[in-house]
Amino acid sequence: MTALAPLQAESPRGKGTPSISPRPGGTQTAGNKARRRSKVKRGLEPWLYLAPAFIVLIALLGYPIFQLVNVSLYDYRQAQVSGKAPLRFTGLENYQKLFADPQFWTVLGNTVLFAAACVVLTLLVGSSLAVLATRLRPWVRSTLFVVSLGAWATPAVTGSAVWLFLFDPTLGLVNKTLVSVGLSEFAGHSWTYDKWSGFGLVASEVVWCSFPFVLVTVYAGIQAIPTEVIEAARIDGATMPRIAGSIMLPMLRPIVIVVTIQSIIWNFKIFSQIYIMTNGGGIAGQNLVLNVYGYQQAFAASLYGLGSALGVIMTALLMVITLVYLRILKRTGEAL
Amino acid sequence: MTAVDVSPRNSLPSAAGTPQKFRKNGRRRFGADAAALAIALGVAFPLFWMVLSALKPKTALDAGDAAPFTLEPSLESFGRVLAVNNFGQYFMNSVIVALAVVVISTVLAFLAAVALTRYNFKMRTKLLIIILVSQMVPVEALTIPLFFLLRNAGEAIPLVGLNQLGSLVLVHVGFSIPFAIWMLRGFVAAVPVEIEEAARLDGASSFRFVRSILFPLVAPGVVACSVFSFISTWNDFLFAKTFIISAQENQTLPMALLTFFKPDQNDWGAIMAGSVIMTIPVLIFFIAVQRKLVSGLAGAVKG
Repeated sequence: MTALAPLQAESPRGKGTPSISPRPGGTQTAGNKARRRSKVKRGLEPWLYLAPAFIVLIALLGYPIFQLVNVSLYDYRQAQVSGKAPLRFTGLENYQKLFADPQFWTVLGNTVLFAAACVVLTLLVGSSLAVLATRLRPWVRSTLFVVSLGAWATPAVTGSAVWLFLFDPTLGLVNKTLVSVGLSEFAGHSWTYDKWSGFGLVASEVVWCSFPFVLVTVYAGIQAIPTEVIEAARIDGATMPRIAGSIMLPMLRPIVIVVTIQSIIWNFKIFSQIYIMTNGGGIAGQNLVLNVYGYQQAFAASLYGLGSALGVIMTALLMVITLVYLRILKRTGEAL
Repeated sequence: MTAVDVSPRNSLPSAAGTPQKFRKNGRRRFGADAAALAIALGVAFPLFWMVLSALKPKTALDAGDAAPFTLEPSLESFGRVLAVNNFGQYFMNSVIVALAVVVISTVLAFLAAVALTRYNFKMRTKLLIIILVSQMVPVEALTIPLFFLLRNAGEAIPLVGLNQLGSLVLVHVGFSIPFAIWMLRGFVAAVPVEIEEAARLDGASSFRFVRSILFPLVAPGVVACSVFSFISTWNDFLFAKTFIISAQENQTLPMALLTFFKPDQNDWGAIMAGSVIMTIPVLIFFIAVQRKLVSGLAGAVKG
């Protein structure tokens, strides 16, 4: 149903077009109508361009968000899905259940800690490499960039598979190497058995495939600083640390903010890596993060109401981050 | 760390904190180059290991061969993956879904970007904020309502119901659009108004200008942004797992790969071969457009 909507919405625009001659520079029949164009209000026209995209967005983002909140207020389980039991409105009961459940707080703590560690490491690695990249011979820099793009492009699923293989207890290269240098206690050592070593393994994979975004963006930011500004400062007698601290850092600030917020959002939402590398959330759910927890509650335990409540909490947290982001953008004078 | 220089020829203060002392460039640059190459090796290693393991014979893998090379490369694992496990079919499914998403979402996002950059109207800023915010929506949380939505939609239009590739196309179009609009905005805005005015004087209607002049001019940006849609769709694991439940023939690559994971007896050769098959297209795509990607990102960042 929703797939057809955008197609239908396109038709009125199609009707308006066939009147022009196909040759460029042809007739000037558009006459005075044409003179009013370019960045002035033209009633419905922008809406025709917007309609297809926004119909899709409303159907596939807006409506599901509404439904997510809605379902979270019901006792919604397998019986209700198949229609065997009546739907019961329970208000905030799902949320109360969650807040009273110590596991929820553990999972929330895991999520925050894990995301924070990933963000900090990604930013550190990415921006240090961006700084390093400015001092490299071109071919070395290209090598670094191509390789990083390779890591960036690697799908989460295959990246997780390779890292799992490298850290496999018996066949993995890491344990083999550690044993061969004399650390025999690593023979058959499972990296996912312990909670934090499991999170560490996932975090390594995450940093590996997400630092290139920071590297590329921050490097582009450094490159965009005009040389004249630096030259002028140098002529005025500014020292290098002074230039770095008082000119470059402020100029890079907007980019650093964008990169930070993006990383927070991405790492907060990680699903595939945790799901695959810890086999659905680790032993006794020790490696669960909010996303995976919500998924398991809904699709493994058939507690759709509870899963939705988790989704709502997740969305709310991200919205708060987004609002902070928007405020910062506004304050730094970013034009929308 | 903050000591950043645009011109690589200039020396920087050393870590020891001797600001004014300018050393010889040569040795320091050699050090930086060597460090960067070592890091590059480390970053590339997992990918190298993936390809290598896919080429190693099964006997070597099962014996836990840790050698960083193989003397008897074989395509045996690839054969196993393609023949036994129908990977070809899953590959095609992934390609179909990703291409459909790229085409549909890019066209829709481009049109929306035109409206949002080349027109002034009341709701413009509000809509931009909505788009920015909708980029942040954790789509993973929407699995539950989307599951029910698609189940109901499938009753009306079987093509987009659960277990159909159409369902994946649909949700990914929805998720790709906000970011695509955000990215294309910069490219569309960069086309000078004068060109638009000239086109109008020559009698082109608004839609004709958008289709025949703006679109070709923005094409590089369109390519860059389509890569994002392609990759996020190609890599998707969650929705493929949730929506394609029983129709084995409509499975996409990520889930197919996961079927090789068996506790304690993983067929690593097959997993790595499957991973290579799944990674290569993305890698090619990514590296081919990397420059546009970088400038596009900078455009998206700066607005």
